[in-house]
Amino acid sequence: MTGMIEIQHVSKGFRRGDSVVEALRDFNLTIEKREIVAIIGPSGCGKSTLLNMIAGLYMPSKGRVVYKGSAVIDVNTDVGYMTQKDNLLPWRSVRDNIAFPLELAGVDKAEREMRADTVMKQVGLDGFETRFPTELSGGMRKRACLARMMLYGAETALLDEPFAALDAQLKLVMHELLLRLAAENGQTVVFVTHDLMEAVTLADRVIVCTRRPAMIALEQKIPLPRPRDVLNVRFTNEFKELYDALWERLRVEYQEERV
Amino acid sequence: MTAPNDQLDIAALEMSARTGNTIMVLCQAALGIAILLTWQGVSGRLVDNFFISNPLDVGRRLIGWTLDGSIFIHLWATVYATMLGFIIGAVIGAVLGIWLGISKFASRLLNPYLNALNALPKVALAPLFVLWFGLGIESKVALAASLVLFLVFLNTFAGVRQVDQDLIDGARLMRATRMQVVTKVIVPSALSWLFAGLRVSVPYALIGAVLGEMIASNRGLGYLVQFSGAQFDTAGVFAVLIVIALLAMVLNFVVDIVQNRMEGWRIVSR
Repeated sequence: MTGMIEIQHVSKGFRRGDSVVEALRDFNLTIEKREIVAIIGPSGCGKSTLLNMIAGLYMPSKGRVVYKGSAVIDVNTDVGYMTQKDNLLPWRSVRDNIAFPLELAGVDKAEREMRADTVMKQVGLDGFETRFPTELSGGMRKRACLARMMLYGAETALLDEPFAALDAQLKLVMHELLLRLAAENGQTVVFVTHDLMEAVTLADRVIVCTRRPAMIALEQKIPLPRPRDVLNVRFTNEFKELYDALWERLRVEYQEERV
Repeated sequence: MTAPNDQLDIAALEMSARTGNTIMVLCQAALGIAILLTWQGVSGRLVDNFFISNPLDVGRRLIGWTLDGSIFIHLWATVYATMLGFIIGAVIGAVLGIWLGISKFASRLLNPYLNALNALPKVALAPLFVLWFGLGIESKVALAASLVLFLVFLNTFAGVRQVDQDLIDGARLMRATRMQVVTKVIVPSALSWLFAGLRVSVPYALIGAVLGEMIASNRGLGYLVQFSGAQFDTAGVFAVLIVIALLAMVLNFVVDIVQNRMEGWRIVSR
């Protein structure tokens, strides 16, 4: 059976001065359509590199990334990618930033502004339509990026630590929004996080990476039923068991890092 | 209790700042008058009038030119050549800067030649421009444009080169065409650099126009300064210099106004 995204024996090294830093080594992962996958691991272990390769921004040094049956050899426009650093255009207002993918697709002004305003309301950015990105807080910029990605409506969403800068309440709101939209649009979601709670809450499967060069240390299915109640799911026994098992494994991984 | 005090202090500070400014303007005026008086006093007594003329003669010359209108013909010729040269140089420089900034191949290919051309004193091109474009305004425009072109080009090029790659990648992931990446990401991002280049090149456009007129022309401020010098008319030379200095100040003033406007439109500020 073939998946939506197949990462086949991928290795990736970066030249840094004279030495080569190996970010990934013989990485294998298959992601099914409509699956939500969380990737978790120590910082700087190559998780972002993995997303960059699925997006076609980096090419693997060895192996290949296959997307819907064909190898990714150029920018993969079927994915929406929310990078760790927000890449809003500083000279555009928040609304124009969010409507940017529609503008590129040639949607007329009235319609794209209407649709942008709708998603801005969903992420709680209404009232900031005409502000500029520099006038927003870090969390608001993240939400603007999320809104833009929703409006782009890609079949696969890649998110690199999407909710790291948000406060606890807002995080929950965003989690719910992400799950709802992914379900509504039948999206495949791959996200990188440091937050195990977030990973278990959202994902169908959690991938724990080793430190650099990243390999898969552990894969854990999260068989919690959907739709999930992002607020209360964490208080169930199943959740606790999965969380503890993963945490134990993660602890070992982080300890090795310290040694 | 503290609030009214603070307000008083601010008011007092503003007041003292304003009186400080007034005093400074008075001092500047006094210095100018002192220089003029010294000039008038020294001329003909310590230094031969032939070499430094004197303020009264220079003033008379300026008034004479203004009354018979002849200065305006020359002034307009210079302003026209400056503006036209500025526009042509700016457009070519900006287009070249964007093109080479985007195309790695072209920029690497042309790099040594552009360096050589940039290092070349543009004034040395003047005889060539006269041969190509004749004695008329075109050769002055060409000289002014050649000075502006490189300044605008280098700034725009640097601006395009420092465009955040993440922004470009982001746009490409959202199915932006190559053209859209250029018009919607690269150009807006490099715009503040382009404007910085335009700003510094305005005085150079004037320099180019005046130099062109000095080398071969029959009108313009550069021609007038050259002509007066050749006639041993020191007062005339000083009079033209004053007109050129005033013109330069006006141009700088215009640039400041335009820049303030741009900042208001958030084009320059990031």
